Amino acid sequence: MARVHYGEIEGDSRGFYALLGALGALILAGLGASWYMEHNGHYVTGMSNRIVWGMPHVFAIFLIVAASGVLNVASIASVFGRELYKPLARLSGLLALTLLAGGLAVLVLDLGRPERLIVAMTHYNFKSIFAWNIFLYTGFYAIVALYLWTMFERRMNDYSKPAGLFAFVWRLILTTGTGSIFGFLVAREPYASALLAPMFIIMSFSFGLAIFVLVLMAACRWTGRPLGDVVLRRLRNLLGVFVATVLYFVAVHHLTNLYIARQYDIERFFLWDGGIYTALFWFGQVLIGGVLPLALLFGTTSRRAFAAAAVCVILGGLAQLYVLIIGGQAYPQLMFPEKEVSSSFFDGVVAAYAPSLPEVALGVGGVALALALTAVALKVLPFLPRSLADGDVDSAAA
Amino acid sequence: MSPDRRQFLGWGAAAAAGTVLAPVIRLIDLAQARSPQEAASALQRWGLLIDITKCADCDECVTACHEENGVTGHGRPETDAQWIRKVSLRDKRTGYAQTLPLMCQHCEHPPCVDVCPTGASFKRDDGIVLVDKHTCIGCRYCVMACPYGARSFIHETVSGQKSDVPRGKGTVESCTLCVHRVDRGETPACVEACNRDGGKAMVFGDLNDPSAEIHRRLRSEPSTQVRADLALNTGVRYQGL
Repeated sequence: MARVHYGEIEGDSRGFYALLGALGALILAGLGASWYMEHNGHYVTGMSNRIVWGMPHVFAIFLIVAASGVLNVASIASVFGRELYKPLARLSGLLALTLLAGGLAVLVLDLGRPERLIVAMTHYNFKSIFAWNIFLYTGFYAIVALYLWTMFERRMNDYSKPAGLFAFVWRLILTTGTGSIFGFLVAREPYASALLAPMFIIMSFSFGLAIFVLVLMAACRWTGRPLGDVVLRRLRNLLGVFVATVLYFVAVHHLTNLYIARQYDIERFFLWDGGIYTALFWFGQVLIGGVLPLALLFGTTSRRAFAAAAVCVILGGLAQLYVLIIGGQAYPQLMFPEKEVSSSFFDGVVAAYAPSLPEVALGVGGVALALALTAVALKVLPFLPRSLADGDVDSAAA
Repeated sequence: MSPDRRQFLGWGAAAAAGTVLAPVIRLIDLAQARSPQEAASALQRWGLLIDITKCADCDECVTACHEENGVTGHGRPETDAQWIRKVSLRDKRTGYAQTLPLMCQHCEHPPCVDVCPTGASFKRDDGIVLVDKHTCIGCRYCVMACPYGARSFIHETVSGQKSDVPRGKGTVESCTLCVHRVDRGETPACVEACNRDGGKAMVFGDLNDPSAEIHRRLRSEPSTQVRADLALNTGVRYQGL
């Protein structure tokens, strides 16, 4: 194909600085929220001894999952040899790094003792998936950085395929690790399932691509770079397939549970009478995050509808993680079958949880951090092609 | 030598030997006991046996535990720590009502220890599951993993700590089986209170020691573990459940 020309964005417009200013304000709000929570203790949040992972974890896991998924675009180019995706590969690698940075920042700042991060770096229990994840995340940084280098440095271009393959395998393991954080929790029926690992992988494909599409559209529009229909059509179909596959995995997960007598009550909770969790499942996860995007992606052709579908996928993804993470904790743990259980520690009842402002601010701050890092990186290094117009890319699309 | 004299010498020798031997035997005894500096040993497996048919409708064990360990609340039940709690059970079909104390079950294969990224959650050789307050980073993964809801996250600054029981905001904690008392050869506060003011439902002891009451009763009477399906081999056993 014709040589792709990349270029830094100018990044000196009023709009660029307004964007950075707004993101900076959100980052500061997130940092402030974190300081507030650490200073007072977590009682000022909506979290409790029954819901120990709250809104920050929804955002953090969303960003971490999306980070590994967004690299898919580059993998399709390098590993699967699709030339059309090649001009998008650098941005894909960049977003993988920045989204992971945002997610990890949220995760770390929500720790009870964030200042002890050094302890987590020096004391390892290798039976813990968290401990593996520390290596998987830091390794991901190194490998994606290397991968980006093989893309940027002309003399290294030949190595971008093996580097891409390595990064692809690594990210599959990484998301397996993220899914297994929940999948290996044998004592909690809503989680304990090997299905969660592959489900998290396909969720990462979907969430990551949705973010990629929106960032690509915004970057091209705001910098006046042409973005042709050929590229978008491909991404559109790809996102449609991913969204449908997520729905498939969700259906299989619930159908499996519906077959296990011990799990009847859990399914009843999530699918029928779980209040906010049932509502978020059907309206957030399934309707907004699944059915609506599919209709927009396959029933319309407009670019605006594509963008709307991507936004829906992100909102639906957040709803899905909310239902899984918080709903899964809210549902009482089964300790005494066939007994009504009650105690001063909220045994036997659905735990109450309402997200607090600091939690949301911290989560949104993580998103803002990822986007701000992306914007600055686009200005510093040539991540973005000068043109993705049909004539410039479709020769390779055949 | 007259028989009297011979007898006298015999008694004398025996007395002398006794005087010399007794401290030696005592010394051997002392040498075999575990000093506070000595590491816990897998020769012991500390545990509790709780007969819930005797468990009275009181909370002496809870009060004693929280008193002993300096666990105080802030009037916020959702976030206040609870190391032990009374759980009420009611059979869904028959309405048969029971009550029992629930705390860390000191599993042989504790899920909290498996998931802890830094190894702050750990099990002593004698089976007591603890949190190292210096390496806990407050990630709460152990709380997610515990099948018994036994762990609490410290949601705010703690005051009035006991010197034997360090606590700290932003870390996780749970029943220590009163490890500081056990290491002094005493029984946990909950057991002491139950036997003094409660239904005398709790027995503490070494599950490995054939002469211990807990071992004898587990050998001769039926007992259950909560969530036995998980095969965690809990150190806390129940009767009458």
